[in-house]
Amino acid sequence: MTTYVLHDTDVLLKRSLRHILRSPDTIITTAVTPIAMLLLFVYVFGGAIDVGGASYVNYLLPGILLITVASGIAYTAFRLFTDVSGGIFERFQSMPITRSAFLWGHVLTSVVANMTSLVLVVLVALAMGFRTGAGVLAWLAVLGIMLLFTLALTWLAVIPGLTAKTVDGVSGFSYPLIFLPFVSSAFVPTESMPGPVQWFAEHQPVTSIVNTIRSLFAQQPVGSDGWVALAWCVGLLLVAYALAMRTYRSKLA
Amino acid sequence: MTTQPAIEIAGLTKSYGDHAVLTGVDLSVPAGTIFALLGSNGAGKTTAVKILSTLLKADGGTASVNGHDVSTEPEKVRESISLTGQFAAVDEILTGRENLVLVARLRRLEGSGAIADALLSRFGLTDAAGQRVATYSGGMRRRLDIAMSLIGDPPVLFLDEPTTGLDPQSRIEVWKTVQELAGRGTTVLLTTQYLDEAEHLADRIAVLHDGRIIADGTLAELKQLLPPAKVEYVEKQPSLEDIFLAIVGHDGAASQGAQR
Repeated sequence: MTTYVLHDTDVLLKRSLRHILRSPDTIITTAVTPIAMLLLFVYVFGGAIDVGGASYVNYLLPGILLITVASGIAYTAFRLFTDVSGGIFERFQSMPITRSAFLWGHVLTSVVANMTSLVLVVLVALAMGFRTGAGVLAWLAVLGIMLLFTLALTWLAVIPGLTAKTVDGVSGFSYPLIFLPFVSSAFVPTESMPGPVQWFAEHQPVTSIVNTIRSLFAQQPVGSDGWVALAWCVGLLLVAYALAMRTYRSKLA
Repeated sequence: MTTQPAIEIAGLTKSYGDHAVLTGVDLSVPAGTIFALLGSNGAGKTTAVKILSTLLKADGGTASVNGHDVSTEPEKVRESISLTGQFAAVDEILTGRENLVLVARLRRLEGSGAIADALLSRFGLTDAAGQRVATYSGGMRRRLDIAMSLIGDPPVLFLDEPTTGLDPQSRIEVWKTVQELAGRGTTVLLTTQYLDEAEHLADRIAVLHDGRIIADGTLAELKQLLPPAKVEYVEKQPSLEDIFLAIVGHDGAASQGAQR
């Protein structure tokens, strides 16, 4: 049974990876918006933002990485929606293949696509003067957090992908996620915000994740932010996974 | 051929909220036959096919395919069937050949490439094998769709409105394919709203209306439901389809036309 899941997932993963290779614009579009923000904030607004002496591109990159994933998962939802609204979803479901393989194929494709976009964004940041002395372990920790964050958001994206009635409905859900980093420590220190906004910013997931990645890159101790970030990522992942699977099952009833 | 019916339905019901779609469907499809389920739009044909292909759960009643109950042994049912839904279930971004290879791999068959090539030549798609399906015509797409359904030789095939939206030539191609399959012993359940399609293809015909089967039998049996035919002399006029096929010069056209 387990080998069947792996085999079926592998076949379906290769299928959607081929989709991406045939329309690489989805990866480029995913990377373009965060890169534009990076340029805009570093070269236009950045000079007026006081981040306590650190280089602004170093300060900004972690938040931009999260925005990259938030916009990348819109394509995950879109690819699922295309399968479900066309006939191929019903073909797969009426074939003797393990049913979860369909979702896992899409989820793993999303991880590969988002990791590729992230590499593009990091390369541009390096060209813009982003520097870090982080060692292998710190980079692995950043990779681990980004993987967890991507998986959590991907499973979240599965829900509109399965339920949306129109293409607009599919892409609409990611806007709030792209916006969330603006009310966090991603662009400016939270201390500069008025009371209630500051409270929200400090208690939403983006701030702890951004602070953790920033500390890892700056070779600073991560502190309690690391645990909070981990808890948010794992918690979001579990909730999103449970909801997505419930949606999937109800679709098959 | 087994004596056991390929498809057996008893008292099948299904509602969407307050809207009852199937109100007690009874049906038995002998193995190796072409069975047409006739009905107007919204009669519940697609719902019935979706229940039989384990995509939907029935509210009540029983249904079995190839001896397996759809609700208790859905995996066994899925091993016995192939579904060609109302909309061509093909991957637009992949090529025709890649679509076939994909299905062969998912069915865990050895030699997926050879299987794909054989089907491509059988369905006249060899020249288009390397093109993306997005560039295919409606008829080519449907042929590919049916070819994908044949991989693994499932004993029961569901065709949900297989010729809706096809031009007359493609329609005849699909008909030929279906007849060929039944000749090899595959059981075909097809739904259609075209009466001539049922008349032309099916061994048995059932009429689904208001959520239940109101007539079921061979064409000859159904004809007996009406008063006996009177003999009248009427000059045989060619139908527009006969004329269309004659002037566009389709091969099978003459014989198809002459049969009516």
